[in-house]
Amino acid sequence: MSTKSDKVDRLGELSAVKQDERGVSLWAEAFRQLRRNPSAIVGASILLLFVIISIIGPWLAPYSPTDTMGIREGVIKPGLIPGPSAEHWLGYDHQGRDEFSRLLVGARQTLLVGVISTLIGLTIGALIGGIAGASAGLGGRIGRAVDGVLMRIVDMLLALPSLLLAVSIAALLGASLTTVMIAVGMVSVPVFARLLRGAMIAQSGGDYVLAATSLGVKKSKIAFTHILPNSLAPVIVQATLTLATAIIEAAALSFLGLGNPDSSIPEWGVMLADAQQYLGARPGLAIYPALGIIITALGFTLLGEAMREALDPKLRK
Amino acid sequence: MTEVLVEVDDLKVHFPIKRGVFLDRTVGHVKAVDGVDLRIEKGRTYGLVGESGCGKSTLGRALLQLTKPTGGRVNFDGTELTTLPPKQLRQMRKRMQMIFQDPMSSLDPRQNVESILTEGLQAHGIGGDRTERRKLIAKTLDAVGLPQWALSRYPHEFSGGQRQRIGIARAVVLNPELIVADEPVSALDVSIQAQVINLLGDLQEELGLTYLVIAHDLAVVKHISDTVGVMYLGGLVEEASSDDIYRRPLHPYTRALMSAVPVPDPEVEDRRERILLAGDLPSPANPPTGCRFHTRCPWAQPTKCRDDRPSLRIIGTGTHRVACHWAEQIETGEIRPHAVKAEITADGAGAKDAHGALETALETPGGPVV
Amino acid sequence: MPLLDVKDLSVTFARRGQRTVRAVDGVSFSVEAGQVVGLVGESGCGKSVTSLALMGLLPKKRGVTIGGSAMFADDTDLLKTDERSMRDIRGRDIAMIFQDPLSSLNPVVPIGVQVTEVLSRHRGMQGEAARKEATDLLDKVGIPDPARRLKEYPHQLSGGMRQRALIAMAVACKPRLLIADEPTTALDVTIQAQILELLRGLVRESGTALVMITHDLGVVAGMCDTVNVLYAGRVVESARRKPLFAEPRHPYTHGLLGSVPRLDSARGERLHAIRGSVRDVLPWPDGCAFAPRCDRRVDACVGEPPALVESIHRHAYRCVNPEPVTAEVSS
Repeated sequence: MSTKSDKVDRLGELSAVKQDERGVSLWAEAFRQLRRNPSAIVGASILLLFVIISIIGPWLAPYSPTDTMGIREGVIKPGLIPGPSAEHWLGYDHQGRDEFSRLLVGARQTLLVGVISTLIGLTIGALIGGIAGASAGLGGRIGRAVDGVLMRIVDMLLALPSLLLAVSIAALLGASLTTVMIAVGMVSVPVFARLLRGAMIAQSGGDYVLAATSLGVKKSKIAFTHILPNSLAPVIVQATLTLATAIIEAAALSFLGLGNPDSSIPEWGVMLADAQQYLGARPGLAIYPALGIIITALGFTLLGEAMREALDPKLRK
Repeated sequence: MTEVLVEVDDLKVHFPIKRGVFLDRTVGHVKAVDGVDLRIEKGRTYGLVGESGCGKSTLGRALLQLTKPTGGRVNFDGTELTTLPPKQLRQMRKRMQMIFQDPMSSLDPRQNVESILTEGLQAHGIGGDRTERRKLIAKTLDAVGLPQWALSRYPHEFSGGQRQRIGIARAVVLNPELIVADEPVSALDVSIQAQVINLLGDLQEELGLTYLVIAHDLAVVKHISDTVGVMYLGGLVEEASSDDIYRRPLHPYTRALMSAVPVPDPEVEDRRERILLAGDLPSPANPPTGCRFHTRCPWAQPTKCRDDRPSLRIIGTGTHRVACHWAEQIETGEIRPHAVKAEITADGAGAKDAHGALETALETPGGPVV
Repeated sequence: MPLLDVKDLSVTFARRGQRTVRAVDGVSFSVEAGQVVGLVGESGCGKSVTSLALMGLLPKKRGVTIGGSAMFADDTDLLKTDERSMRDIRGRDIAMIFQDPLSSLNPVVPIGVQVTEVLSRHRGMQGEAARKEATDLLDKVGIPDPARRLKEYPHQLSGGMRQRALIAMAVACKPRLLIADEPTTALDVTIQAQILELLRGLVRESGTALVMITHDLGVVAGMCDTVNVLYAGRVVESARRKPLFAEPRHPYTHGLLGSVPRLDSARGERLHAIRGSVRDVLPWPDGCAFAPRCDRRVDACVGEPPALVESIHRHAYRCVNPEPVTAEVSS
């Protein structure tokens, strides 16, 4: 039982509020939410594991990922690729290389493809969307014209099927990992551009923008200090989700032979592509990299959804 | 004789109604504000009252040039605002500030209080260095009744009333002469409204502020204003001192509005006369001819009301202005009220459409003018 | 016997990782047949949650706990009735009117269909008879040209007309109890006056009891027979209309009345504001929830919740140091 004096103290506490504490910004608040969300924890753990492997993978790998030891040792025969054994946990691949080592080392390339292609899409998309959004929101008649031109360009990009885009880029640059990254990145440009533009136009109609205008703050400053930071949340969420699809898309393009022609450098998408000829003999060769891609994509998706929840105050309550 | 700070002359704000997919065709105009004259005296409070869609908020924004007026003039302390180049206008904003209805949406959720209050000071280069600004901000926080530890906090950490205080502090810190307050208390809880109303009064006394208070609540407006203007469908229908408008409402719409405001006193409620208006507000895109109120007016006459738009005229000796052809006859009881049948064409689809257009137009009226 | 007798209603929301919220914390009131009862309070006082609990509309999921009892017509406890029977009661015996008529109407179904639906569901009316009745209902609530309106969709009506349509649906089955949750808050004053007049007329003619939930003391003053003032999930004062406004005993009620500018008060008069915000509450078990904001606070306010004191004419208040009585009131 608490005594009466305790309760009187409580009254004092109520009026005193925690004065020494500093304020909690919305970003900090979102991070706090994120830490409480189980799916964010699971997603982040998967991704952390993925990042660690991609960094230290080469040192963990028991064999060299490019050593065609299976052929050298003569264990690979036409129609026969040995499966898992004590020495080779996941068996050999079609060229007699250690599959487990290739998987570990391939994580880095896969992550790089995902991150870089998303970054390409994000940078170009956000640039276009940001300029379009700011001019449409604040620029008056001229601004709306600028927005119109930019958005038509984006629409044209959107009209091109991603595969066609990738094939044309590959035709221009030749099949390589860079081609894959640029192609995958370009495909997500319209998504980011439209998202940021939409958010910025919505935000520029907000009262706080009007308030800043009435304070006498310059338009360009309003766009950068108010509208942009408040429009970033959906873009960040989208970037996380795009990372997942980018990895899958990159794998698809590699699978079609548009990726790195030199398949000695392991990458999950390329490994998956190579495995297709041996699906009958060793389905495992397709399953392992596919599982890796799916789990990683799942990690990004879980984290992305949790971030959406944490960053959008409307979903919170 | 008090000095006039703001002089609004025949102010018009018309929003185009656009239709069409490829080419925006202008099919009409929503006449949100359609020819308003008013004067705001230095150190006084002008209260603008009216129902949603009457154009009172648009008028407030047009006065501050946050929405570009279609026509008319706004003179602020000798400077014509409507033709002022953007740069000068931006410098001018230091002298005229705004308080918003929704304290949450009018504060940037990602800015802390210090940054909110510093922004205006920086934009106008007031207060030189950081320490001086901090002093100024500390003083302002005191004045609006916020604790000093509020500085590092963010808007979502405050209650509604405190947020409105932040909004007021943001306006007051620039030491403006005019403050336009658009529904400053309507989003707040009843017990908090009183705090904010009192605060506005205190600040006016201390800083000699001039207010334009815009609200739908006649009781609130009457309480804080020296002069009250009543708006209906884009125009002023009556303007008088706050006491006059209560004791001697002359325009039929003012009377109806007055009789519709609930008073928290059963004795008053039981014996008051009620003037119930028929139907809804007509569409501001297609306002009635003549007197805009004639479609709902219980005193409407077959002559004049329908085709002659009355302008504000002084009744009696003084400052009481009314836009009604029959104000004297209605007051003496010579003209009796009669039943009005709600007009079908006046409400429903038409009104809704125009209102939607008005709202969309408000969002992107060629962007606010800086 | 009262038509509705709510005793010790409590609603708590518990959420993972967050403090349990006691939205309604022991609300008791009763409604006699044909009476208008007001539930007044500010945001967060629990007035809307109370109405949802009575209608059985609170989400039935983990974390939502409802306690107490609400006897309707002496034989049904609304809080313990299963969803099936509740569906029959809703609309037929008890109907509700919400604050936002647009979101309570189905946007893709014509008004007429929505009204006749109620009629066929609860009164078994079909076809022409139902349509005729629907026309009469719209006419009764003051919608001009009702036959044409029946074919229109909610977005084609103005806010006031939508609220009228909603009221028509609510009174379609001549319910014995009508619960109106801030029915005029979203409307303009002149439209509000129309709707209040309509509700007044309906109550007078049909003898329906009305529970009026509002934050507007003015609305209460003009409509209600008895008024319950809620604060932090409890009724802090309850009285007949006139004594409540003339002689508010609870400092919160007193403060509320002092903080509204009145049309008939002098200009510039300082309002009696209540300090702090509705967030500054003391949990009821620790004393009076209003104590942190109260000007009449004494030591006895803190420690245990103040009991409900009943004075003359069933005027009850939950306060240990009430406002003094200034004049004799007749009621």
